[in-house]
Amino acid sequence: MLIRRRAGIASEIIVVKGLGKNFGSLTALHDLDLAIKEGELFGLLGPNGAGKTTLISILATILPPTRGSATICGHDIRHNQHEVRRSIGIVFQDPSLDDELTGAENLDFHARLYGLDTRARLSRMEEVLALVDLEDRRNDLVKTYSGGMRRRLEMARGLMHHPHVLFLDEPTLGLDPQTRRKIWNHILTLKDTFGMTVILTTHYMDEADHLCSAIAIMDHGQIVALDTPDALKSQLGGDVVYLETSPLDKEFVKDLRDAQEVTNVSIHDNILALTVAKGESFIPIAFDAAARFGVTISGVSMRKPNLEDVFIKITGREIRDEAVSTPKERIRVYSWGKRR
Amino acid sequence: MATIYTLWLREIRRFKRNKGRLIGSMALPALFLVALGSGFGAFFRYRSDVSYTAFIGPGIVGMSLLFSSMFGGMNVLWDKQFGFMKEILVAPVSRIAIVAGKTLGTVTTSLIRGTVFLAALYAGRLVEFDIIGFLEVLVFMFLISASFVGLAIAFASRMSDPHGFQLIMNFVIMPVFFLSGSLFPLDGLPGWLKVLTFLNPLTYGVDGMRFALGGPHHFPPLLDLSVLLIFWALTTIAGALMFQKMSA
Repeated sequence: MLIRRRAGIASEIIVVKGLGKNFGSLTALHDLDLAIKEGELFGLLGPNGAGKTTLISILATILPPTRGSATICGHDIRHNQHEVRRSIGIVFQDPSLDDELTGAENLDFHARLYGLDTRARLSRMEEVLALVDLEDRRNDLVKTYSGGMRRRLEMARGLMHHPHVLFLDEPTLGLDPQTRRKIWNHILTLKDTFGMTVILTTHYMDEADHLCSAIAIMDHGQIVALDTPDALKSQLGGDVVYLETSPLDKEFVKDLRDAQEVTNVSIHDNILALTVAKGESFIPIAFDAAARFGVTISGVSMRKPNLEDVFIKITGREIRDEAVSTPKERIRVYSWGKRR
Repeated sequence: MATIYTLWLREIRRFKRNKGRLIGSMALPALFLVALGSGFGAFFRYRSDVSYTAFIGPGIVGMSLLFSSMFGGMNVLWDKQFGFMKEILVAPVSRIAIVAGKTLGTVTTSLIRGTVFLAALYAGRLVEFDIIGFLEVLVFMFLISASFVGLAIAFASRMSDPHGFQLIMNFVIMPVFFLSGSLFPLDGLPGWLKVLTFLNPLTYGVDGMRFALGGPHHFPPLLDLSVLLIFWALTTIAGALMFQKMSA
């Protein structure tokens, strides 16, 4: 399957061609083609096991592809690994900090590995710590940090060498809603500050919708849709307005069905579901019609289509949330830490 | 070079921070020295002028080096478990430099422990050495430590599960220690024990240290040195190869 973005011929920072990965007899990635524009906040959305992390790991050169090729900033992920690694920052799905070092020492370790000199190390440490609001905790051991703080520190670390592309693999997995919001704000701030390209994977629909300028929906190792969030949602034909009336008046229903704004009507018991372009402006029209036919509307609700609906429409099923097991895994890992 | 220093610095920072672990890691060898030394020493002397405690002194230094080096190298396994290895492996640096830095860091911290032990033995008049002897013993200590760090990195790179650590503890670390001549003299051993002991590289390390510390030793020091150098080369190559093959 070939999916190519229409715009941005000149400034494609990541180009993926026929990239595939097998684990034994299991095909984790079917031959993917993908181009990501510079400066984009690109979301890879899909259920667990869709191949998002596999794709990111291959692009980050920590997993060799079975077939196909990819370039980042023009560097080939197979043949110019060091150049690729220098141009990317990555925040892994699982924790990857040294608990027994302080936040500042973790950053210092990273900066040294990426060859920054003393001055750059110190100035960038200030810069990234300020960005993620960890200045006052820099000299505390990472093992005293909360989950959200660890994530923020990992993001700060990924930025220290000023990468062109930042990968965030499930950046808010296992975090509480308040912390998720904060992380979202940090992602948007750092993208604006550095103007870098950000690739994030998530299985949270709202996260992708809120953050991303372009989204690829992945399922079973394939990209099944790729567009802006708005364009994806507009595939569904608009908002759905639910009207509850009793009894159901046939004339009233016919009138609504004939209305210009309505593209689809379905009836479940005494609830009418109407698909319309703009729900807000349609509801008064519906009430006017009800008044004309002497129908009492006992309840009304409206739903804006979300990416979940898009996913259901494309794949025919709901996104499977198997993520529940992951926080448990983490707890296990952390408790092991104390025995070290 | 910068990479080696970075990895070395990490080991040193962690070592400095964890005083509890330092004391903990010294406790077991100290217990061996005092308990076995006094216990067996009551009815066994190596020679009229060498008490059993004085005899096992260098062996206990060897034990401290073996344990701290193996544990340090096996830390690779923990870094994998806690994800920190990914951070290291995704950096634009060579893996050989990573192994070298990790090894040097662990060797440094192991030598600090070993030297503290040595100083305690010296203070307790259990060993005697001059500056030349001290330099000689440092050479043997370095070779013992670096060899076993390499061996541990080779094992840890192959393993994916931290439970494997227990396996290494029971089937490598313990046998290597007990079959090394650290606790018993090498003359007059039964045949099977002699074979096992003479195949054990730590035997030569401890024997070399005994020589450097002016104690009773079994082999010519040059033989001790040669065996250790070969073992060091082999384990370093094994560690580097396995680490390069490892995936995060």
